[in-house]
Amino acid sequence: GYRANMAAPIDLHLEFGGGAELLFGGVKDHQVQLPNQAEPWDIRQLLVWIKRNLLKERPELFIQGDTVRPGILVLINDADWELMGELDYQLQDKDNLVFISTLHGG
Amino acid sequence: MPVVCSGCEGRPAVLKRPKTGHSLCRACFFWAFEEEVHQTVLSARLFRPGERVGIGASGGKDSTVLAHVMKVLNERYSYGLELVLLSVDEGITGYRDDSLETVRRNQQQYSLPLEVVSYQQLYGWTMDDIVRQVGWKNNCTFCGVFRRQALDRGAMMLKVDKICTGHNADDVAETVLMNVLRGDIARLRRCTAIMTGGGGEEGVGDGGVIPRCKPLKYAYEKEIVLYAYFNKLDYFSTECIYSPNAYRGHARAFLKDLEAVRPSSIVDVIHSGENLCVGVGVRMPVQGNCTRCGYISSQKLCKACVLLEGLNRGLPKLGIGKHQRLHDKILAQEPLSEKEERKLRAVDF
Repeated sequence: GYRANMAAPIDLHLEFGGGAELLFGGVKDHQVQLPNQAEPWDIRQLLVWIKRNLLKERPELFIQGDTVRPGILVLINDADWELMGELDYQLQDKDNLVFISTLHGG
Repeated sequence: MPVVCSGCEGRPAVLKRPKTGHSLCRACFFWAFEEEVHQTVLSARLFRPGERVGIGASGGKDSTVLAHVMKVLNERYSYGLELVLLSVDEGITGYRDDSLETVRRNQQQYSLPLEVVSYQQLYGWTMDDIVRQVGWKNNCTFCGVFRRQALDRGAMMLKVDKICTGHNADDVAETVLMNVLRGDIARLRRCTAIMTGGGGEEGVGDGGVIPRCKPLKYAYEKEIVLYAYFNKLDYFSTECIYSPNAYRGHARAFLKDLEAVRPSSIVDVIHSGENLCVGVGVRMPVQGNCTRCGYISSQKLCKACVLLEGLNRGLPKLGIGKHQRLHDKILAQEPLSEKEERKLRAVDF
């Protein structure tokens, strides 16, 4: 019922591009599942989870403080996260997130 | 609840523009981005009908977007330009060979002729060779200087009238900051110019360079990346392996932090750079020609010749730092003293 919805694990598709994939073992696409918890998951918590569970090296190139390093763009279901509340956005099951690094030559 | 596009007030917005704060849908974003480049081209009078234009193409995000937008605008507004792709192979294994593959794909996709010029063929040195001699500090100095000339040589081979590069607003702002930090007043004046080497700056003879311009000068890097992403443009995206100590990295990090607080910082820094006045009595370099190769230069020997001389004589520090006196000695084919050679030989890794 209501209690079960709040606690259901969330399936997400994460995509890393623009060179960011190099911090994740060179793998661009990741299908992940976030475990149950009482509170809804938000991006702030997701970043902590990513740092703990997915980042292979040099976390300072991906995360700065509690947000992404400036120069990394975040898209939620193909829309700029600045339109969705950035770190406060509450993740939904089957959301698609893209992290694109812009920090390289053009 | 999705934000609605402020352009068409119908479709859901996909990005918030750093420049204006407007939220736009995909179609309105493409239109706004392309229109702004078009306005930049018109107001700065970057091109004339019938010109053969070489697009500096590295396979990276900026030049890929530049090639795409130039093709779109050339057709949409009948610029009457003949577009060609121009690529420089610095000889960086694992980096440049991969990105050149991307350029070749772009060539197919946009059906444009392509010319690739290499450091090996022009200078007899690849960046791999150079880094082996010079080390990991100051190597970017070599590459930047050589690439500038390489683009001109390639442009001459392709007989283009003009070159355009994918430098974006972030790049120009970073350069302004770098030149302030290094006290390079001569470069500070030139670096915000949207077109260089064209009218108003000559007075040079055959060493005159082919004019080059930056149609994306006011385009934010964020928008370039999203334009490429939403248009599914194919680009190569890795840090050059030799660049980790590049000075520009500091300016870039600083600028990104500024942008996070105040998005207009980027165009504001460019604006500051454009409006700087050099004080009366400040000594500015005078443009002339290199006495060895004829290329444009404010010294007797152009930077590329000095750097090459250093490489060929096993004196990798020649050209890094100020050694005016020594240039004259080299020109006169005079040997350097043991002390002078020692100064130039030391390399820190």
